[in-house]
Amino acid sequence: MAGVGSACLTIGLFTALYAVGASLYGARGGGRRWVDSGRRAVYCLAALCVGAFAILESAFLRSDFSYALVAEGSSTTTPTFYKVTAVWATQDGSLLLWVTLLALFSGAVLFLTRRSLRDLAPYAAAVLGTVAAFFLLLVVVWENPFSTLAVAPQEGAGLNPLLRHPAMMIHPPMLYTGYVGFSIPFAFAIGALVTRRTGADWIRATRRFALVAWTFLGTGILLGALWSYSELGWGGYWAWDPVENASLMPWLVGTAFLHSIMVQEKRGMLKVWNVSLICATFVLALLGTFLVRSGILDSIHAFGASTIGVQFLIFIGAVIALSAGLVISRLGDLRSKARLESLLSREAFFLLNNLVLVALALVILWGTFFPLISEAITGTEQTVGPPWFNRLVTPLAIVLVLLAGIGPVLAWRRVTVAALRRVLLVPLALTAMVLVALLALSDATKNVASLVMFCFVAFVLAVVAQEFWRGAGARRSMTGEAWPRALARLTARNRRRYGGYLAHVGIAVLFGAVAASSAFLEQRDVRLSPGQSVSVGGYDIDYVRATADLGGDRGGTGAPIAFGAVMRVTHGDETFTLRPSRNYYSTADPSRGAISRFFEGEATSEVDVRWGLRRDFWLAVRPDLVSLEKPIARADREFADSPGDVQAVVINTITELYRQEPPPAAFRVIVSPLVAWIWIGGAIVLLGALVAAWPSPEARLRRVRSLYKARLGRELTRA
Amino acid sequence: MEYGVALLVLVALVALVVSVPLRRGARVEQLAETRLEELRAAKEAKYREIRDAELDHRMGKLSERDWRGVDGELRGEAVEILRELDALEGRAPGEAL
Repeated sequence: MAGVGSACLTIGLFTALYAVGASLYGARGGGRRWVDSGRRAVYCLAALCVGAFAILESAFLRSDFSYALVAEGSSTTTPTFYKVTAVWATQDGSLLLWVTLLALFSGAVLFLTRRSLRDLAPYAAAVLGTVAAFFLLLVVVWENPFSTLAVAPQEGAGLNPLLRHPAMMIHPPMLYTGYVGFSIPFAFAIGALVTRRTGADWIRATRRFALVAWTFLGTGILLGALWSYSELGWGGYWAWDPVENASLMPWLVGTAFLHSIMVQEKRGMLKVWNVSLICATFVLALLGTFLVRSGILDSIHAFGASTIGVQFLIFIGAVIALSAGLVISRLGDLRSKARLESLLSREAFFLLNNLVLVALALVILWGTFFPLISEAITGTEQTVGPPWFNRLVTPLAIVLVLLAGIGPVLAWRRVTVAALRRVLLVPLALTAMVLVALLALSDATKNVASLVMFCFVAFVLAVVAQEFWRGAGARRSMTGEAWPRALARLTARNRRRYGGYLAHVGIAVLFGAVAASSAFLEQRDVRLSPGQSVSVGGYDIDYVRATADLGGDRGGTGAPIAFGAVMRVTHGDETFTLRPSRNYYSTADPSRGAISRFFEGEATSEVDVRWGLRRDFWLAVRPDLVSLEKPIARADREFADSPGDVQAVVINTITELYRQEPPPAAFRVIVSPLVAWIWIGGAIVLLGALVAAWPSPEARLRRVRSLYKARLGRELTRA
Repeated sequence: MEYGVALLVLVALVALVVSVPLRRGARVEQLAETRLEELRAAKEAKYREIRDAELDHRMGKLSERDWRGVDGELRGEAVEILRELDALEGRAPGEAL
């Protein structure tokens, strides 16, 4: 089937090129038929990509090692759950996933706009076809996932152990969906610029796609953080790693875009800013995709060195040049008639929020590329670490949370000082109460930035609660509905507004949790032998006994050997048991001995966490295997040629030796407050985005009516 | 061999699908239908703005005077959209009322 997969990609490349040509020819006077044909080509492209992806997935599930990619990234012992994910753990497979998602999104948006935006949609189809053609060119010429081996090996190398985590299964598709989703508004923005139809039509047609992309990208970033927290064994969820930053930048600029398009929809303003933002978001999405695969910056998340870095740079350069040229050439068409009426208006604060978001993205961009910049200027690569990022990002994040609170209380166009006083009174009073409570009852004063952040979080929560309360009250005064019904109807009738407010709550909660868990974290690294104890952050930790498991690791990752510890933890009246461990994966390195290869491959931490709403208790272990070196070396000499079952008995004996006479092990203990609220905040953002993206009843009704009208027209023509 | 056969089959299938509009001959251009779709979307967006402003007023964010000004302006824009809609749908102004 590798041949069929390859053929799907080759034909996909030519189909994408045909979609570009037919759409442009149709739009430039060739007639509607060509535009329709180009759109159908995009549908075909989606089918071809899905077919290719299905063939590759099937090869992974069957452990068909005649595929070079399967041999390199999977094995017969890889659990089925992770065989599915192994496809996008490889460079070639992830590129195929990218283009498959792009083709599906492109097909969906062109289907939805088949009866509208008829002049600019063909140009959008051409842009989407071009992007798809670029990615298909990469997979057809340089990174073909269907390359086969002349002789299939008996066993594959297996999936990178670090990636064997449930969050990692969903994280990349989420990120790619986010990246790809932003290509839709980008393509329509280009179409709007080409056709000089720079009103809000292109925004209305693609706003939901942008929102979905933003949601997926945000969820992907959070899943990556969760993976880092619970798998990497260092105890943090964000390290300002280049690849992490690369995903955050388009999300930040995309957030700015989602806010500023409302100003264009409502007031016809910020047209240049909006097309620039979406172009920047798409370029940053491409940059994120490039950074993971170019190998130009060191990152734990990146694929190894690759051959497609130059191609990516050329493509990104072309996108920047063409977008900038187009925006500049259309400045006259993008001029707004409306002007900012007052600095005390929602649009003024949206603009301010945009500036903060873009400033954040620029700071992160500078810090991420500083190693390259410094090397280019001084000849020596210098990096900026987390303290540099934290110093610059923290004040901007605090301002952002404050703006998330102020924005909802302002009306469009202008707000009088009297009205502002009225709507701010209660939230400010509540914020003041929270400040007093924090000063009196907590040690939040130890960190001023966190204290300010907590107060602003309280302000956002108070503002949004007041918005729901006043909104439902206004509705009740008109309809006489009961409170729950009034709240539900209010939200349903104003999904964008109240969905957005929920997202603000989620972001505020998330930022507050980040502030708390960063500023008030207690961490200690200790070496303990069984029977010894240590106290950290009010928790008493006893090392009860060592564990050694063969083929039965807690995470179900398929690790052959796992060494760990049973730890009894006491905190006040509460006592619980944690079982952190470290998984050891065998290596295929022929220079290793028959037995030692089971102990000297990759090793990963299996962290154990006591999750809690107030604080997490996080524990990782790093066993010391020095005491096993001699028995392993001896076993290598004596059992090198023994049958597999004999070697299994030997390995079992060695692991048993560790269990019975364990040497001191290194432990990292972290007590981190409010971490759970990071994930809860993310879930609230997701809920808000769902509410905001859900079609309104009017839109659904209009769609049904429109379908009936189209059917009526067709049937009457036939008659 | 497998690659070659797959290429031929896929080329034929794709050609079959993308050529349907080309084989169908020139279709009557439905520009009016498209414009109608866009106007209906614009109408809904304008109605949403009017409702938003009213909600802001009821919640105390917009003073009576400001709201009257904004509301009048938005309703004027909505009327323009409705006029164009009526014209395209072949109705006399206000007939739908």
